[in-house]
Amino acid sequence: MSNDVFVVVEHLKGKIGDITFEMLGKAREIADALGGKLNAVLIGDALLAAQLGKADAVLHIGEPMLANFTPIAHKNALAELIRARAPRVVMIANTSMGMDLAASVSVSLDLPLVAYCKNVRVEDGKIIATAQLYGGKLLADAEATGDQVIVSILAGSFSADAGRGAGAPVVEQVSVTTNDGGVRFKQLIEPEAADVDITKQEILVSVGRGIQNADNLPLVEELAAALGGALSASRPIVDNGWLPKSRQVGKSGQTVKPKMYFMVGISGAPEHLEGMRDAGLIIAINTDANAPIFDVAHYGITADLFDVVPALTEKIKSQ
Amino acid sequence: MNIIVCIRQVPDLIEELELNDDSTGLNREYLKLGVNEFDDWALEQALLLKEQHGGTVTCLALDTPDVDNTLFTCYAKGADKAIKIEGDFANGATSHQAAKLFADAIKPLPHDLILTGVQSVEDLDGQVGVLLATYLGVPHVSVITGVQVNSRVAVVRKEYAGGLLAEFEVDLPAVLGIQAAKQAPRYAPISKVRAMMKEKKIETSISRDGTVDAGIAIRRLFKPENGKHAEMIEGDADAVAARVVEILKERGLVK
Ligand SMILES: Cc1cc2nc3c(=O)[nH]c(=O)nc-3n(C[C@H](O)[C@H](O)[C@H](O)COP(=O)(O)OP(=O)(O)OC[C@H]3O[C@@H](n4cnc5c(N)ncnc54)[C@H](O)[C@@H]3O)c2cc1C
Repeated sequence: MSNDVFVVVEHLKGKIGDITFEMLGKAREIADALGGKLNAVLIGDALLAAQLGKADAVLHIGEPMLANFTPIAHKNALAELIRARAPRVVMIANTSMGMDLAASVSVSLDLPLVAYCKNVRVEDGKIIATAQLYGGKLLADAEATGDQVIVSILAGSFSADAGRGAGAPVVEQVSVTTNDGGVRFKQLIEPEAADVDITKQEILVSVGRGIQNADNLPLVEELAAALGGALSASRPIVDNGWLPKSRQVGKSGQTVKPKMYFMVGISGAPEHLEGMRDAGLIIAINTDANAPIFDVAHYGITADLFDVVPALTEKIKSQ
Repeated sequence: MNIIVCIRQVPDLIEELELNDDSTGLNREYLKLGVNEFDDWALEQALLLKEQHGGTVTCLALDTPDVDNTLFTCYAKGADKAIKIEGDFANGATSHQAAKLFADAIKPLPHDLILTGVQSVEDLDGQVGVLLATYLGVPHVSVITGVQVNSRVAVVRKEYAGGLLAEFEVDLPAVLGIQAAKQAPRYAPISKVRAMMKEKKIETSISRDGTVDAGIAIRRLFKPENGKHAEMIEGDADAVAARVVEILKERGLVK
């Protein structure tokens, strides 16, 4: 085993996601603390290596079959590389792609995995990962019982700027055996055009499962209208078919940064926070005083939305 | 087509979560458990596929408190078989343990497709679906919002950020981590669940291979620090509304 740290680079449509730079910045600290090297693992698109200057080296896997992400082929490639180089820490994004990689590499190589990490640190030579559990209600400090560990990192945990290093990294070509393992990439499907672009709104009123059913939506619609803003939502509202997908904020929806984000009956699950934590002003109404959203919001209201929302709409209209 | 759905009971997040004495886990004595919400979507997806293609839906769960009720609810919704994996899960199970137990139980059963919820709030050591697929040595794709089956392959849609989807072709048998089905999980009336309790039986399965060690130790569980906690606005609805308007005015967000 070495003291090296691997960061698995995530990219889509020729663009490296911010989460990769977040991981590179943090991994730099970890590698320095361990006295090891920081290696970025880039599968596919060789041109992207130039952006990975924060790493000591880029391990590039360029087999044509791996040009588009596929769960098993990429897992096989990554597992082969990790087995050969035995890094101390492997960082993988806890994203849609990373979820398929981290857990399968864990079983394939019999390595421990700490998922949903918000932080990673070195303490007395040990790697301690802080994971977010129970919809953001609790954190866990977890430690691998062996020497090596895989951690999957939640987007928004670290500074992306800290991982954008100048300079050209050394690129080492690595070849691996390829095997699609029964999963073949077919195509990317773009989202349908939106009636309202929530990423361009200055004021968003965002509604969550606390609204109970679709018949209650006009209540929040009216508030949004009174504020001159638009309506957005958490995932369950969209999954239930009450609002179109284009209104969803979060990990698998849109990332928004309005001047104000007014949250009605949303708990503040990590997947929702991924899409809105940088809003200028966040105000949340929730009946549960312990809802995780109150750790992120600037102002919190522990109350029933069915009391507060109509009162607020009226007050704003009467201004 | 034989479909297996793995179901887990997880703590109800509406309740206050109490820590055990050394803060390394939850105090489970009075813990209220409910079905992992994404597993409900996995069951819905399975039932929709069965309606389309015929076949059977088998629900598998670990023997945790109140699991019988959950499994009879699966019957009431249309499952053909419910199996409880016996063992000592008083302190919960890690994802690796759950996945290994599911894998051992699934091996002797006929299966073309295995569906699990994409994740659960307890997945500290990874998502069960992907771990399970790897133990079984079959393909997996997670974060799925669309499944179509054509003879021996499934065409699935996986969600990326911003509403972008990726389409994959997957050889069966395979494990899919379900995020959402075409329609919201169906509702089973209590009367029907009660009727199932009289009519149907829950089978049991015992793991022969035992379990696995996830290889991580929890030093401590703790609540997020309150340093960044919101400034709380108190008072009745009118007082709260008045204060919010004041804040918005200060920031020039309302006239
Ligand atoms: C891979 C993946 C991607 C995901 N992507 C997204 C995403 O993009 N966006 C997203 O939002 N989620 C996403 N999720 C889902 C996420 O994990 C949560 O399930 C979801 O955010 C919860 O939505 P919610 O807060 O509306 O519902 P809940 O968590 O059920 O919260 C409802 C809240 O309403 C409160 N409430 C109830 N009644 C009232 C009342 N009368 N007045 C006031 N408050 C009330 C409750 O106390 C509770 O806190 C994703 C999950 C996965 C696994």
